[in-house]
Amino acid sequence: MSNSQEKKYWKKNLKYLAILLSIWFLVSFVFGILLVDELNTIRLGGFKLGFWFAQQGAIYVFVILIFVYIKLMNKLDKEFGFNEK
Amino acid sequence: MSIQVWTWILVGITFTLYIGIAIWTRAGSTKEFYVAGGGVSPLANGLATAADWMSAASFISMAGLISFNGYDGSVYLMGWTGGYVLLALLLAPYLRKFGKFTVPDFIGDRYYSNVARSVAVFCALLVSFTYVAGQMRGVGLVFSRFLEVDINTGVIIGMIIVLFYAVLGGMKGITYTQVAQYCVLIFAFMVPAIFISIQMTGNPIPQLGFGGFDENGVYLLDKLDGLHKELGFAEYTSGSKTTLDVFLITAALMFGTAGLPHVIVRFFTVKRVVDARKSAGWALLFIAILYTTAPAIAVFARTNLIDTVSNQEYEKMPEWFGNWEKTGLIKFDDKNNDGLIQYVADAKKNELIVDKDIMVLANPEIAGLPNWVIALVAAGALAAALSTAAGLLLVISASVSHDLIKKMINPNISEKGELVAARLSAVVAVCVAGYFGINPPDFVAATVALAFGLAAASFFPAIVLGIFSKRMNKEGAILGMAVGILLMLFYMMKFKFDWFGGGTKEDWWFGISPEGFGTVAMIANFIVSLIVSKFTPAPPKEVIEIVTNIRIPSGAAEATH
Repeated sequence: MSNSQEKKYWKKNLKYLAILLSIWFLVSFVFGILLVDELNTIRLGGFKLGFWFAQQGAIYVFVILIFVYIKLMNKLDKEFGFNEK
Repeated sequence: MSIQVWTWILVGITFTLYIGIAIWTRAGSTKEFYVAGGGVSPLANGLATAADWMSAASFISMAGLISFNGYDGSVYLMGWTGGYVLLALLLAPYLRKFGKFTVPDFIGDRYYSNVARSVAVFCALLVSFTYVAGQMRGVGLVFSRFLEVDINTGVIIGMIIVLFYAVLGGMKGITYTQVAQYCVLIFAFMVPAIFISIQMTGNPIPQLGFGGFDENGVYLLDKLDGLHKELGFAEYTSGSKTTLDVFLITAALMFGTAGLPHVIVRFFTVKRVVDARKSAGWALLFIAILYTTAPAIAVFARTNLIDTVSNQEYEKMPEWFGNWEKTGLIKFDDKNNDGLIQYVADAKKNELIVDKDIMVLANPEIAGLPNWVIALVAAGALAAALSTAAGLLLVISASVSHDLIKKMINPNISEKGELVAARLSAVVAVCVAGYFGINPPDFVAATVALAFGLAAASFFPAIVLGIFSKRMNKEGAILGMAVGILLMLFYMMKFKFDWFGGGTKEDWWFGISPEGFGTVAMIANFIVSLIVSKFTPAPPKEVIEIVTNIRIPSGAAEATH
């Protein structure tokens, strides 16, 4: 494994992290906290949307984010031959 | 059968199970004692992490907290789950690749300094001890209410059980008992939730049920908002905390979760980097089951409570009311002598005080569920408290026997000697935890919430920078951790214990509560670390190689200490 391969792998990893963590920030801090009052004017059945994000939606997205991360990284590992048998 | 008989039966069965597992999974080496031999499957590790993480506070207190705080309670829901995203993406895979036993191990090696290691040991002990005392108290509380034994006897019974499987089995015993404990606690949490959800909304899925409507076709949340307005409380679905404070508390809980040593160390127990990532995913999934149900329980319990007590005759209260009055967790004072219970926001007119801790425990009784369900909740609460206590005790014992004795005081200690030291320090830690459980100092309740602030302010920046910055050196990390933790301790002591001149809510800096201040202290840690490292020598070549190495997943299985 060459040095430049490692650098490329790391760069791609950082890109994934940036994207996933932006979503993480968006659903919790933005939807659940900063914009909660605005979103609360929208209803999702019996829920106000902002309240729903803060007490339900953000958590569902967190779970999905980790599983997407696992998928992306497994693929990346294979691509660079860094996967373990 | 009575609740008490059912409780004895269920607690008896589960405790026998835990002890059986402990005997079956005894630890024979330090590697088994500290990291369960490093061969735990990702699914089992996910289950164990979930039980390890969900404490008496999650099981007993959280739904109650949300119940009384409404939207403001969201900080716990987002904070204590969002931390796992950080853990999975920023810490777990790399720390697994690093392949040592403890968090101070990483800090000490990465920052090539025993000063850094000592600071890390101090932080790990501080965080773990404050946390574990609360768990033992939880065990005592459950015993006293459901089995009508003295709280102290309950604490001692809990101590003996934990002592047995933590000392004998180490991480290996703890891991497999935690798997069993997760199953017990999630079953105990979900069964009443599903029952009540059907009762109140006709929907068996609580996560959907609390967005549903009651028998009159009114949305449950709207009904609760209405009741709150009527009684003078803040609207349930809006908060009363400032946006800034909600933001900072949520962040402190997230970064603190990612920095808690007893959670991080669980990722050392799997074989490969891939497994570390997978176990983080499983762990959060299992945690999310409880965490998305808790806000539903909060709404059901709150509505039920108000419906049952508000403006009703005291003499006609159901049996559970009297039972909880005996424990002092419900207090009624008929101020206007009309025989009715006035439960309102105005403190002068309010006649009822309900402790938040009973919302989950009393919920099945309030809803009139069968006795075995009520007993199940008791067994579940015990599983939650014991599993977390065991995980914390292991961190404490590993910090003493591995980080202090093996790495600093006596590096020539034999494998056998270290194992004996680990077991002895576990015994001492259990006794200290039990002592605090029996004589809870006032600061325990205040500091459990703040343990997260401390973890965020100390560990999180040091570990993340250690992985993502090759330039970060010992000077930066040590000063950063010191500034972070001292700032946090100062703020906490000033506003929680009234030291350094004390102060009230009005004196908080920019209106930031001590709970949310962890985020500020963490940012200070990051800034100090980055600036100091710029003006001090770069880390040695070997250390930069460690960092390069942990960023690449392959080869973790072979890596040993």
